[in-house]
Amino acid sequence: MAKVRALVVSGNGTNCERETAEACRLGGADEVVVSPIWDLSAGETRLRDFRLLCLPGGFMDGDDLGSARAAANRWRHARVAGGERRLWDDLRAFVEAGGLVIGICNGFQLLVKLGMLPRLEAAEPVQRVTLTFNASGRFEDRWVTLVAEPRSPCLFTRGIERLELPVRHGEGRLVGAPEELEALTREHLCPLRYADPATGQPTEQYPLNPNGSPGGVAALCDPSGRLFGLMPHPEAFLHRTLHPRWTREPGLPEEGAGVAIFRNAVQALR
Amino acid sequence: MAQRIEIGLREGMQDAPGDKVRRRLRAELGLEVAAVRCVDVYTVDAELPAEALARVAVGALSDPVSERAAVGRPFADDGPPFDWALEVGLRPGVTDNVGRTAREALALVLDRPFQPGEGVYHARQYLISGALPREAVERLARDLLSNALIQRHRVLSAAEHRAQGGFAPEVPRVHGAGRAPLETLSLELADGELQALSRRRVLALNLAELGAIRDAYRDPSLRAARTGVGLGPEPTDVELECLAQTWSEHCKHKIFQARVHYREAGGPEELVDSIFKTYVRGLTERVRADKGPRDLCLSVFVDNAGVIRFSEDWSLVFKVETHNSPSALDPYGGALTGIVGVNRDPFGTGQGARLVFNTDVFCLADPFRATPVPPGLLHPRRVLEGVREGVEHGGNKSGIPTLNGSVVFDERFLGKPLVFCGTAGLLPARLRGAPGHEKAAQAGDRIVMVGGRIGKDGIHGATFSSEELHEGSPVSAVQIGDPITQKRMTDMLLVARDRGLYRCITDDGAGGLSSSVGEMAEGPGGCELDLTHAPLKYAGLAAWEILVSEAQERMTLAVPPERMEQLMELARRYQVEATDLGRFTSSGWFHVLDQGVSVAYLPMAFLHEGLPRLELRAEWAPPARDDRLPPAPADQAGLLRRLLGRLNVCSKEYWVRQYDHEVQAGSVLKPLCGLEGDGPADAAVFRPLLDDFRAVAISHGLCPRLSDLDAHAMAQAAVDEAVRNAVAVGADPDRLAGLDNFCWCDPVEGPGNPDGAFKLGQLVRAARGLYELCVAYGVPCISGKDSMKNDAVVEGRRISIPPTLLFSVLGLMDDARLAVSMDAKRAGHRVYVLGTTRPELGASEYFGAVGLLGGAAPRVRAAENLALYRAVHRAMRRGLVASCHDCSDGGLGVALAEVAFAGGLGLDLALSQVPASLDALDAVHVPASFRWRDDLLLYAESAGRFVATVAEEHAAAFEDELRGLASGQVGVVMAEPRLRVRGLAGGVILDEPLAELKRAWQAPLAL
Repeated sequence: MAKVRALVVSGNGTNCERETAEACRLGGADEVVVSPIWDLSAGETRLRDFRLLCLPGGFMDGDDLGSARAAANRWRHARVAGGERRLWDDLRAFVEAGGLVIGICNGFQLLVKLGMLPRLEAAEPVQRVTLTFNASGRFEDRWVTLVAEPRSPCLFTRGIERLELPVRHGEGRLVGAPEELEALTREHLCPLRYADPATGQPTEQYPLNPNGSPGGVAALCDPSGRLFGLMPHPEAFLHRTLHPRWTREPGLPEEGAGVAIFRNAVQALR
Repeated sequence: MAQRIEIGLREGMQDAPGDKVRRRLRAELGLEVAAVRCVDVYTVDAELPAEALARVAVGALSDPVSERAAVGRPFADDGPPFDWALEVGLRPGVTDNVGRTAREALALVLDRPFQPGEGVYHARQYLISGALPREAVERLARDLLSNALIQRHRVLSAAEHRAQGGFAPEVPRVHGAGRAPLETLSLELADGELQALSRRRVLALNLAELGAIRDAYRDPSLRAARTGVGLGPEPTDVELECLAQTWSEHCKHKIFQARVHYREAGGPEELVDSIFKTYVRGLTERVRADKGPRDLCLSVFVDNAGVIRFSEDWSLVFKVETHNSPSALDPYGGALTGIVGVNRDPFGTGQGARLVFNTDVFCLADPFRATPVPPGLLHPRRVLEGVREGVEHGGNKSGIPTLNGSVVFDERFLGKPLVFCGTAGLLPARLRGAPGHEKAAQAGDRIVMVGGRIGKDGIHGATFSSEELHEGSPVSAVQIGDPITQKRMTDMLLVARDRGLYRCITDDGAGGLSSSVGEMAEGPGGCELDLTHAPLKYAGLAAWEILVSEAQERMTLAVPPERMEQLMELARRYQVEATDLGRFTSSGWFHVLDQGVSVAYLPMAFLHEGLPRLELRAEWAPPARDDRLPPAPADQAGLLRRLLGRLNVCSKEYWVRQYDHEVQAGSVLKPLCGLEGDGPADAAVFRPLLDDFRAVAISHGLCPRLSDLDAHAMAQAAVDEAVRNAVAVGADPDRLAGLDNFCWCDPVEGPGNPDGAFKLGQLVRAARGLYELCVAYGVPCISGKDSMKNDAVVEGRRISIPPTLLFSVLGLMDDARLAVSMDAKRAGHRVYVLGTTRPELGASEYFGAVGLLGGAAPRVRAAENLALYRAVHRAMRRGLVASCHDCSDGGLGVALAEVAFAGGLGLDLALSQVPASLDALDAVHVPASFRWRDDLLLYAESAGRFVATVAEEHAAAFEDELRGLASGQVGVVMAEPRLRVRGLAGGVILDEPLAELKRAWQAPLAL
């Protein structure tokens, strides 16, 4: 069985690295390394040594130029010490070598703004959609119900039908040209959508859909299913006691539903 | 030549921030406009070719899908029509986080470092569509979108905008060159001139203190020593400023340390030899002695924050600070620096703690105030929104969950809002064989400043704000925090800590380097601090300004020389600035040099011990008898709805939602709970380690209204409420740690403050109350803070806050899985009221609602309560309790309604079963004819009470644990979603749908 080494990138305003690393461990990764982006640009941590790359939530560069905009500049342009190679070249090589990438919240925003989601073009990457301010104009922390797209190629959501996770963001509304959004649906590249728990149907209704994303889109994957980004935080639901109603619902499984996403990634790499 | 890049949303995109501004214009200023569109403006002050600007505008600064960039021309030219353009930019020297990030992005993308003097500056433009007169646009700028202390704004009509080609580039650069010169100041002056000197330089030193300094400089041996380092007989400005900072009320707590001559109600005079030593430290010493081997304290009152034992491997660090004056001037910046500032306290405690949660408590005036506020004050609605957003940005961007807090309203917080910010950290119990909570610099260690740069920020704190601000003069009174610079710094320092790269760490807060280096130098016994290479935000600072600047995001380290290279290399990698500023010595002297010459040379002993103590007078008398009762209400349901909608009772979900309370994945009980995740949790329960179920409960209590009756009752009610909240969620009442924050109105009597002695009397009463109850409960105070000047004088009228003690509690729990939430869980469960209700309605929400201000204060019965708390905890450990809710503001009536609607389940209750007694301690304020009535029983605010629900199968065991204690089964939980209450006479007095009650509770602050 192939060893699964996971890298969780931290630093520069990222702040969910500890629980994301724990999620990788609970998901069965053989080794998990948390490394600041500074060690990547110093050439000390090398992407090619890993199979699963996690870009956790936070506020890289304070989201000062819009969410993950300055961070995307950094990933695209920063050089790796000791040569002309850029971080971007390493990231691209990682994907081409078959690695899996998950971006959560700020990490999802980064993948979108780098042009890696919903599809990474063979030539120069193009940003086709964006994640922008919630319709409410507010950052919100609230739990949402998500339904999975069963036909999605996404490797991370395999076998998942429905789950509850918290969102904690101010810029999670998906925006793109209508034909682009239609193509996403047609190709099943929206693996998770905000849903009404009563009906199980995707919703645009606030607050069930916390940001006003059209069609309730909460996540994107690329056609290979190996690149995945989502606004909700699976690493925030690792144990039943993190569920907001655990004191009322004695039947909740001991393991939090967020772990399944990481287990799927590890299984896919085995 | 500076050039502008303007970036806004493409046409057809929803402008959510613009819509939010439009909603606020309507709600807060009553201005209706059709649309507001937001534009980001970057003014690039660097020689860049047009091609490069165009490239960064599209590639680096804007979003290709949603945004459009205009370079060198107005964004608005290619968009829909508008009526007014308003642009708000920062004044010179104000921290510009967006500008800083943009500059870094440009440097990276263009592969061209920025030179000194070059920069990128951010401003926000609002394109307003609406037929407003210019005066209204000016007003919305002034009253909503801009704060003249830190920002400036420009307004153009559409016609002006067209004619001028938009706004001209404006560069808020600070103009200054070189170092401002060193001055010496003679203290051989008459008293009046000395006082004038203190006022002119904002030293805030009194005559006795100035006299002590003058006398010290007369000492021939001091003069000889000073000659030896090239200094004359007179103090330099650096020395005077350094002494003023070190001896300030803020740093030395002179009022808490004073000798107080106290007299109560005409009784004999008593001497309180330091309120702090006698009561606050006194109670902790007593509790620690009482607890013996079960003492939790590891480090109290000696470091930036208190430290307690959490497990064999980890210690918990906690501190709560206030940031009131800055928040009064600029609510957003004040609260933001409040939270990122208090972050550095646990971070600078021991060897440095990883930050795990924040708390926030605000005391504000009525946000819906209809009458104009006095000049110089901000409208409470603006204060509310500003402080909320400040804590949101400070906490969320730092990745620290905000777990506990509250908002308390009283008209007297109009003059000075109270902004309490707390932070806890997790510290390794041992590091390299030594306790993690210990630290000590050694002679020979290098002084290293890490983090942000030094500017005129915060020099002399808020007292400086009276000076007229003018172009080219940087703002010093108000600061904007920079969470990302701080996050980079703390990330890097935690690595440095684990690698053992420093020996001692402390934060640069009040007093700046003079305090941080001065304190760290106490151990080794001296320092040589060299300001020559201190990193500055801009040129033109004097040496004294560099020394006392309170610029944010800085920590000072003591680094062994052999570790310097590793530390500096690590800092470079993390893009954190670190600068060698000299060394610690054992010389006995606080020696400061700048550009090769001595600028200060003070004996360490005089700096730290030379301050003369204050002698103050205090008196107290109880309030006049007031035993009035309201008439019995005709409409019980209406009264309950009214109380649920009181500002101090109603839902604070608006705040909580906008704070990240789940990052770090340890929030087992979140601030909102229940069926729909919107019930009011009594306390948070947090599990700081991902692989360990041990947890900590975080709670607080504050009851400022009770100060109108007796500050003793106010203090005890705060402590009891905090303890009770922690117990309600499952904390062990025998393993609690407290933290006191006293916020007072000026307790020093003087010509402008005739009742100062009474306010000090209230302080003595409160501190005694704190002492007595903490000793009785066995709760030590592990740290604290006092803020003594919470007054505003406007138009000759003094507005003083009600004396306020915030008591925060950390409660240890062995197993997070035993936490209990407050919402009713299942139909059929029994409902109990625990603790005795007494005729204590003084300063209650009920009395407040009907305009009664007097009455009997709730008095805490320590022994009775502690027995109950222990019993409740035993029952919780056995898993017998389905829900537990503290009973406080709004009494039983409010608590029962909250239990019901949070659980989405009805309650059927009988008031006849509520344990009650008539033996109020403040009997003088209870009419002799007092008989219980339904309304009085429902809304009395006696301490020490809970509402609990218990499953039928656990009822016997539960009652067994409570045997001999005040407890009554008052009813049952029912599926029907109604609150049904049978009165003392037996009939149904209230039968209300939960939806109605919940709506009344949620509506007022659903902003």
